[in-house]
Amino acid sequence: MSAQQPIQAAALQQAPVNTPGSEPATGPLLELRSIRKTFGAQPDWLERLGQRLGWLQPAATVQALDGVSLSIARGEVVGLVGESGCGKSTLGRIAVGLHAPSSGQRLWRGTDLDALPEAERRRVGLGIQMIFQDPYASLNPRLRVRDLLAEAPRVHGLIDRPQQADFVAALLRQVGLDPAVADRFPHQFSGGQRARVGIARALAVKPEFLVCDEAVAALDVSIQAQVLNLFMRLREELGLTYLFISHDLGVVRHLSDRVAIMYLGRIVESAPTAEIFSRPAHPYTQGLLAEAPTLKVEKKRFLAIRGELPSPLAPPRGCHFHPRCPHAFERCREEVPMLGEVAPGHVSACHLHAIGVEASSVSEG
Amino acid sequence: MSEANILPTASPAEADVERPLRRLVRMYAESRVALFGLALLLVVILAALFAPWLAPQNPYDLMQLDMLDGRLPPGSASGDGRLTYLLGTDEQGRDMLSAILYGLRISVGVGVVATLMALAIGMALGLAAGYFGGRFDAILMRIADIQLSFPSILVAMILLALFGQGIDKIVIALVAAQWAYYARTTRSAALVEGRKEYIEAARLLGLSTPRILFRHLLPNCLPPLIVVAALQVAAAIALEATLSFLGLGLPVTEPSLGLLIANGFQYLYSGRYWISVFPGVALLLLILAINLVADQLRDVLNPRLQSQ
Repeated sequence: MSAQQPIQAAALQQAPVNTPGSEPATGPLLELRSIRKTFGAQPDWLERLGQRLGWLQPAATVQALDGVSLSIARGEVVGLVGESGCGKSTLGRIAVGLHAPSSGQRLWRGTDLDALPEAERRRVGLGIQMIFQDPYASLNPRLRVRDLLAEAPRVHGLIDRPQQADFVAALLRQVGLDPAVADRFPHQFSGGQRARVGIARALAVKPEFLVCDEAVAALDVSIQAQVLNLFMRLREELGLTYLFISHDLGVVRHLSDRVAIMYLGRIVESAPTAEIFSRPAHPYTQGLLAEAPTLKVEKKRFLAIRGELPSPLAPPRGCHFHPRCPHAFERCREEVPMLGEVAPGHVSACHLHAIGVEASSVSEG
Repeated sequence: MSEANILPTASPAEADVERPLRRLVRMYAESRVALFGLALLLVVILAALFAPWLAPQNPYDLMQLDMLDGRLPPGSASGDGRLTYLLGTDEQGRDMLSAILYGLRISVGVGVVATLMALAIGMALGLAAGYFGGRFDAILMRIADIQLSFPSILVAMILLALFGQGIDKIVIALVAAQWAYYARTTRSAALVEGRKEYIEAARLLGLSTPRILFRHLLPNCLPPLIVVAALQVAAAIALEATLSFLGLGLPVTEPSLGLLIANGFQYLYSGRYWISVFPGVALLLLILAINLVADQLRDVLNPRLQSQ
C-alpha cells in the first residue's frame, strides 16, 4: 500500500515550500500534503517486551487517513463529504492542528506549520479555528459568555480590560445575538444560540480560516438554515475561508465553491460544486447523489450503494471502494487508483477513467 | 449588519433560568434529613472551633485538674464546688464535656487538614494523569491500585510505626493513606471532561496548558471530587480515632476523641460508662453529620439529575 503513496501525492502539483517569513501573494492559504494518520500507538520498549513474551497482543492500528492532499485557496469554501468513519473529521482536526499527522505536511501560506518553533506556531495557529459539532460540549459550562469570548484575546493581548465589554458586545452582534446575553452561562441558551456563541468564540481571535466539523448537524433544520446563512454573511464581511465538513450533501451544496468526496481515508473526487452535482465522475459520488432524497415524485429505484463502509482496521486492497462498486473489475482489486483530471478542476480517482469508460454510461447500459 | 439579524432577547422564562448554585441549594434543601445533618455538622464544627470559650475547663492544663474528682458520674459537683461535671470526669478528674469539646477540635482539625492536603496532592496528580495520559498515567494508577489494595488503616499504621507519634505525623499518615482516592476520582473525571470539545477549543485558542488544566478542566471535574472529599473527611476522622484508640495516634497530653474512648474503655465493665460512651457518641454524631451531608451532596451533584 505504501508503494502507492508517491503516485497519489505526485498527482497534485506542488508549490515549493517557503521559508518562514516570506508570504506568497498567490498560492493556497492552507495546503495539506499527503497526510497519513494512523491511530493506535507505536509499541514502546515495554510493550514490545510484553508482545515478545506473549503477554500482549499487538495493538490494532487504524489507518484513518491514507495519503490525503487538499489545498484550499484564500476565500474559498471547500466542502468535505463522506460517510461516518471515512476520516473527514480526522482530516479537519489535522488541518487545525489538534491532531498531528503520522506523516505529511501542513502548509499555511506555503510555510510548514509543524516545522515552526512552538511559540510561532501557536501565534500562527490562531488564524485557523474550528467550529465544533456539539453545541453543548463545545462551550465550557462554568464560564459566562463574556469570559468564553474574551479569555483568549485577553491572554494574547489583542484587547485589554477596558475594551473587553465593547469587544464582547461587538462579537455577539456580529453573530446575531443580543449583547445583553454576555452575563449568561451556556446552559441558559438554546442549541442554535450556543452554536452562535461557539462561532463568536472562534471569531474572537481574528481567524482567517474556519474548519466547520459537522457544525450544523446537531441543530434543527430551521436553525441550520439560520446558522448557514450566518456563515455566508461572515464570509462576505470578514473574507473568511472555510473547510466545511459534513455528511449532508444539501448543506454542502448550499455553501461550497468546491466539494471533495472522501471514502475510507482517501479523497476520491474533487470538483467545483456545480460540476460535481451535475456530472459526478466517481462511482461512489454517483451512489451518494443517487441516495440523496429528493422531492420529485417518481418511481425511484433504490440502486443505492450496497453494504457498509469496510472496517478501517482491515481496508480492502486496491481501490477501497471496490467491494461496493457496481463497476469493479480486476484492476480495482489490485491497484490503488490515483486522482486524475477528468475535466478542468475536476479530479477523480477511478480506474474507469483510465480505460475511457464513463461510469454513468455503464450504469445506464 | 442589519438589526433583523439580531435574535430577539430571550423570553422572560428563559432569562429566569436558575443559577447553578441556587439550584443546588434548592435541591439540597429538599431533604429534611440532609438539612438536619447540615445543622448537626454546623453545631459540632462551631463547638469544636469555640471549645476554649465553651468548655468549663481546659483539659490540657493539668493545674486545673483535681485528681480527687476522678471518675465522678455525670452531674456531680466538683470538690471545690466551682463547677458541675455535666458528663462526669475521667480517672484524672478531667471534665468529660471539656475533654470532648477539645477532642472534637483535634479530630475535626486533623480530618479537615489531612483531607485538604490529600485532595490537593491527589487532584494535581490525577489531573495530570487524566489529561496527559501515557506512561505517567499508567505508573501513577498502578501505584494507586497497589496502595488501595491494602486497607488504609494498615498503610497508616506502618507509617506511624516508622515516624512515631505526633499530630503532624498522623496528618502525613492520613494523607498517604487517602491521596489515591482523590487521584483516581480526578483522573476519571478529567478523562471524561478532557475529551469534550471545549477543551479542544481552548487548545485551538492558544491557551497555555496550566490555564486549560486549572481554569477549564479542573472546575468541571469538581463535583465528584467534592462528594469524595466530604466522605473522606469522615473516613479520615474515623481513621484517626481508630489509630488514637490503638495508641498509635496522638500523644496522651492532647487527647482526641479516639484516645478518650480508649481511656475509658477499661472502666466500661465497672459501670463507669461515661468516660467511653460520651466521646463515642460525639464521634458518632460528627461522622453521621458528615455522611448525611455528603450523601445529599452526591445526589445533588449527580450529573444525571442536573440535566433535569
